[in-house]
Amino acid sequence: MIQEMLQSSPGWFNFIFFFIFGLVLLLVVLGFVTYSILAERKVMGYIQLRHGPNQLGGRFGLLQTVADVLKLLLKEDIIPKMADRPMFILAPVIAFAPSFMVLATIPFTDRFQFADLGVGLLYYVAVSGLTVFGILLGGWASNNKYSLLGGARATAQMISYEIPLVMSVLGVILLSGSLNLNDIVHAQKHGWFILLQPIGFIVFLIASTAELSRTPFDLPESESELVAGYHTEYTGFRWAFFMLAEYVYLFAMTALITILFFGGWMAPFGFLDFIPGAVWFSLKFCVILFLYLWFRSTFPRMRADKLMEFAWKILMPVALANIMLTAIIKSLFF
Amino acid sequence: MELLNVYQNNYLIVFVFLCLGVLLPVVALYLGKLLRPHKPSEAKLTTYESGVEPFHDSRVQFNVRYYIFALMFVIFDVETVFLYPWAVAYDKLGVFALIEMLIFVFLLLLGLVYAWKKKVLRWI
Repeated sequence: MIQEMLQSSPGWFNFIFFFIFGLVLLLVVLGFVTYSILAERKVMGYIQLRHGPNQLGGRFGLLQTVADVLKLLLKEDIIPKMADRPMFILAPVIAFAPSFMVLATIPFTDRFQFADLGVGLLYYVAVSGLTVFGILLGGWASNNKYSLLGGARATAQMISYEIPLVMSVLGVILLSGSLNLNDIVHAQKHGWFILLQPIGFIVFLIASTAELSRTPFDLPESESELVAGYHTEYTGFRWAFFMLAEYVYLFAMTALITILFFGGWMAPFGFLDFIPGAVWFSLKFCVILFLYLWFRSTFPRMRADKLMEFAWKILMPVALANIMLTAIIKSLFF
Repeated sequence: MELLNVYQNNYLIVFVFLCLGVLLPVVALYLGKLLRPHKPSEAKLTTYESGVEPFHDSRVQFNVRYYIFALMFVIFDVETVFLYPWAVAYDKLGVFALIEMLIFVFLLLLGLVYAWKKKVLRWI
């Protein structure tokens, strides 16, 4: 049915059909965000030898984040008098919309994918770069000194780490010869790209942590120096959309790593094919997500000057060397 | 014809996702408006400055390095724009393109080394 839908000529009916499916994905992602925040708090709690949320919704605090979201919905919305009102309202929307747009092209299993774009990976990189505008705009429109500095810092960090991020995936593109995420998964039939691209993977992992501005790279909102960075003046649900964008990106980035380096929905060995792709995908997804949560409770925050120098002096030359090495190896051995 | 339809439908999906991404904040903020209290006061509407009375405009001067890093970003991002198609078509282009690309990357690396020596990459 979906195949027919894709082959029919596009019109209003298609629009509504895709809209309903997109809405379902949106709700799934919102559910994921709710429970990934809980998982983060639980994992961090147990790593730090405490329990984390355990009061609301049974022993595991299953309703804690739901209650948090409801509380945010009931908070008073304050727009400071000095703020640039239209820009202030626009900024969270600009920050959030691209984070959901990138999910359109991610193949979760061989059947479950929305848009099978030929330039999928480029689309992801290009659209995810747009969030920087929302953050910079939010910081500027707040007309607050902390927000301005936080916004500028976030922008500098995100654009600096974007370069190693996009360069480290070039090795994967070289080996698979395509930007389509489906083709990249199929190219990993005989071995995951993490085995062929270990340097690329490490650079990608570090740069993606910085892009998500998670610890140890959470300088944009380092509370001890900048209060809350670019969203100091935001309250209630406007603030929630900045946070939501961050966690939707976490979802998207984890899915992207699964696809690029861990073979997506494919089983690690041929004889395990009887287990459905969705199970493999979610298993790999959970392991990588756990890695991000583990990072957060293990590493101390970096210093601002070290952060920028690390991106330009170490990660970028390493990523460039990795591209050239991959190209030479490919022309010699493949 | 069918391929064209598939192509167009794929981008229609992208557009649908854009609409959803914009609609969710609009709907959620509208719903919130019905639920949340609204009692503005003079003190609430002032800019936060750690309890100090906010003074003069907040769009202060900040470090010029942010601008220099943005310039560097543009240079190397354009480089990756050239690297992407080369990587996709690598099988067809072969060794000649590899050597060309090595020269291209080497020239840009020279630029990076120059910036490094000029201490542009140092964050103070």
